[in-house]
Amino acid sequence: MIEVKQVNKSFNGQQVLFDINHQFEKGKVNLIIGQSGQGKSVLAKCMVGLYEVDEGQILFDGRNFTDMERFERSQIREEIGMLFQGVALFDSLTVEENIMFPLTMFTNMTKGEMQKRVDFCLDRVNLTGRNKLYPAECSGGMQKRIGIARAISMNPKYLFCDEPNSGLDPKTSIVIDGLIKDITAEFDMTTVVITHDMNSVIEIGQNILFIHQGKKWWSGDKNSIITTDNPEILSFVFASEFMKEIRSIMQEKRR
Amino acid sequence: MKLLQNIGKYTLMLTMVFTKPKKWKIFFSRLINELDNIGISSLPIVGLMSTFIGGVIALQTASNMSNPLLPKYTVGYITQSSTILEFSPTIISLILAGKVGSNVASEIGTMRVTEQIDALEIMGVNSLNHLVLPKVMAAILFFPILIVFSMALSMLGGWMSLMISDLTTTETYVLGLRAFFNPFHITYALTKTVVFGFLIVSISSFYGYYVKGGSINVGLSSTQAVVSSSIAILIANFILTQLLLLS
Repeated sequence: MIEVKQVNKSFNGQQVLFDINHQFEKGKVNLIIGQSGQGKSVLAKCMVGLYEVDEGQILFDGRNFTDMERFERSQIREEIGMLFQGVALFDSLTVEENIMFPLTMFTNMTKGEMQKRVDFCLDRVNLTGRNKLYPAECSGGMQKRIGIARAISMNPKYLFCDEPNSGLDPKTSIVIDGLIKDITAEFDMTTVVITHDMNSVIEIGQNILFIHQGKKWWSGDKNSIITTDNPEILSFVFASEFMKEIRSIMQEKRR
Repeated sequence: MKLLQNIGKYTLMLTMVFTKPKKWKIFFSRLINELDNIGISSLPIVGLMSTFIGGVIALQTASNMSNPLLPKYTVGYITQSSTILEFSPTIISLILAGKVGSNVASEIGTMRVTEQIDALEIMGVNSLNHLVLPKVMAAILFFPILIVFSMALSMLGGWMSLMISDLTTTETYVLGLRAFFNPFHITYALTKTVVFGFLIVSISSFYGYYVKGGSINVGLSSTQAVVSSSIAILIANFILTQLLLLS
């Protein structure tokens, strides 16, 4: 579990996050949603330590990440896997070398053991046999899946995904969402997904945090988001006519 | 004020660069790659420039020697001393600042804007140590080899140009190369080279690592890296000459 306690963050005197409190639950897909520029990515970057918080605490299973020295943070970071919005695969390395990178860096596995792990991770994301390709030779959806394979190679306790569906077609997005949901349950991880994708909210939103104007505006699960009357959520999640229609159908069904 | 801020940031960066690598095996494998990228790939340009400039130095010296009192071996002597003291260590380093500096800044800068450095940091890797230390070590180790290679080719170029133009004999030219030779000048040249190599790669890494924005900023940082490392070379050249030759 990851706990965020009274987190405040500002840049050049302009406050971006205001007293954020939230619990990201273990074994669940936790979503951070909100409009662009509301502080979602800043919160995620504070959680993984790419930004320092001005005030507040980030606790990884009770371990206070914000007060740790660089060396102690490195240990926690070895337990974190992250899928970046732009995937951030090392373009000079092959798919296999990308997935193997954290293993070579942080474990004493033999070459054979690492190879097995790489094959397992690639198999898990349905990319068996693509070991020798370079990232530039892979499609967007494949790159996302390679990113997930690299993120899970160290068997992380915590998985962060920044806009995992950006730039993907709806069908591939569903595959990625399904994959994130499945591996979260399989490895009993605490998964945090930052997303704009309303399909993801409905599909995999087990614990949703809605951030608006840098504040925690609403939290709940995918069922309660459909029934909420919070106007900001309604204008964000059900902005299009299509989504409004879906909401009314789903509400109808519940009655 | 900005300059002082950058010097402070650069110094802090160096404290992160010079830490013990997490895995020596990975460090050595990266070092070998960088020796190839930074060093071996620079051999053709260094060789070509050194041969032609050595030839031009010899020809210009020979064409200006109208005084009959000057011994004929002066051409060889001037080619040798100007090559060892200034041309090879400083001018070739300035050329390498362009070639290697822009390459290092754009490579690290692209890694920054595509979040590859963030990915390393989140994995718990000291990205500065992992990316910059092998490059700095490769420059420190290989630049002296490049400069010795440049010295040899420059003197060879001088000889070839004199032979083609029939301005002197091989014996006279070699006599000039050996005349008043001071072995300390080689030590001086190689000391300068090591310092210049360190400055080029560390300054270029600094500009690449702290780039913000997109591809335009990567291009700008690459230019800044070349300009700043060239200025740093000129300042260091002046200080080292004062310290090593005049004290």
